[in-house]
Amino acid sequence: MSKPTTGAAEKVEQALRRGRASARDGDDAANGAGRRERDARAAAAAARRLSERVAQNGLADISYAPADSPFGTLLLAATRRGLTRVAFPEEDMDVVLEKLADRISPRIVEASAPLEAMRRELDEYFSGRRRSFQLALDWTLVGPFARRVLGATAKIPYGGVLTYAEVAARAGSPRGSRAAGNALGANPMPIVVPCHRVLRTGGALGGYAGGLERKRFLLELEDASA
Amino acid sequence: MHVSGSALPPFQRFLDAEREVVWRYLVSMVGSNDAEDCFQETFVSALRAYPRLRPGSNVRAWVLTIAHRKALDAHRARARRAAPVADPTTAGELSASSPSAHDAAFPQDAQLWDAVGGLPARQRSAVVLRYVADLPHRDIAAAIGCSEEAARRSLHEGLTKLREVVRA
Repeated sequence: MSKPTTGAAEKVEQALRRGRASARDGDDAANGAGRRERDARAAAAAARRLSERVAQNGLADISYAPADSPFGTLLLAATRRGLTRVAFPEEDMDVVLEKLADRISPRIVEASAPLEAMRRELDEYFSGRRRSFQLALDWTLVGPFARRVLGATAKIPYGGVLTYAEVAARAGSPRGSRAAGNALGANPMPIVVPCHRVLRTGGALGGYAGGLERKRFLLELEDASA
Repeated sequence: MHVSGSALPPFQRFLDAEREVVWRYLVSMVGSNDAEDCFQETFVSALRAYPRLRPGSNVRAWVLTIAHRKALDAHRARARRAAPVADPTTAGELSASSPSAHDAAFPQDAQLWDAVGGLPARQRSAVVLRYVADLPHRDIAAAIGCSEEAARRSLHEGLTKLREVVRA
């Protein structure tokens, strides 16, 4: 007489839920929980390979990667055209990436290779060995007026400073220093586009989206290394 | 992960949310040797099509639809490589990949997974989607491209055959 069908059904279901053993399984993966862990690790590794690969072969529209800095871990994001975003550690990474998805493309992956050169330039900058950034920038996130303001800002030499009014004038709006201040405050690529080099008339620090302590730090770094 | 709101989440978040279920599905369908290639092809296809996804889509069922097609492609490719003169009794059904690995803790599992590999493609996919990917019937139907009723039937037929293996 055969065993009751329900018993066989349960055995089948349990075995299926355990998942299929892998030829590469070690003893630690012999039980169901171990297999789950092994699957999770294998899936994470496969996903990392996928992200790097689609970033390298141009299937992804945006790559992002963390970068160490004296401020903590920055988030760098680049399109095929160049760097498009530098986010400070306290910014919500999910929100930053969602905005990139919304404004540029949702084809976004975490991949270190496309950001490697940028990361190296930042390292050199923070250690006082680099005075200007060489890498291409993608201004997609910046509107026309802000683009003029940030373009003028990008031309301020290392160790130099301008006032908000001077930057506004160079952007073609001599009376637009408040608007210029707003554009600088919304700079999507701080540090690289050096909005920290813009001060109030008279030398007061003015504002900085990353906090005045950081603005002071960057100005002193450039002063010391200039 | 369900997509809601007006904007799609970044692809990386979708990948992180779905990578494990897709991996487990593919290991069960094609074995661990072919799972990597199928996984890469699945998510490359998903990345290409991703911006066209509509908000509110069931992205898990969607990506498993792609994985299902890649798994079938892998089986066909292997069948072509393996057997120019196939045994007529097995040529109709695309059979399992390699025999399952020896399983010290559950020796009977290897036999069961070999039997899973011997199921017709739709039954095999239905069984794996139900128990490995933990998908409801509606999503199984979407993933293998049939009616919910047909998905239930495939699942039932597949399980019936597997119970016979276990009972034997």
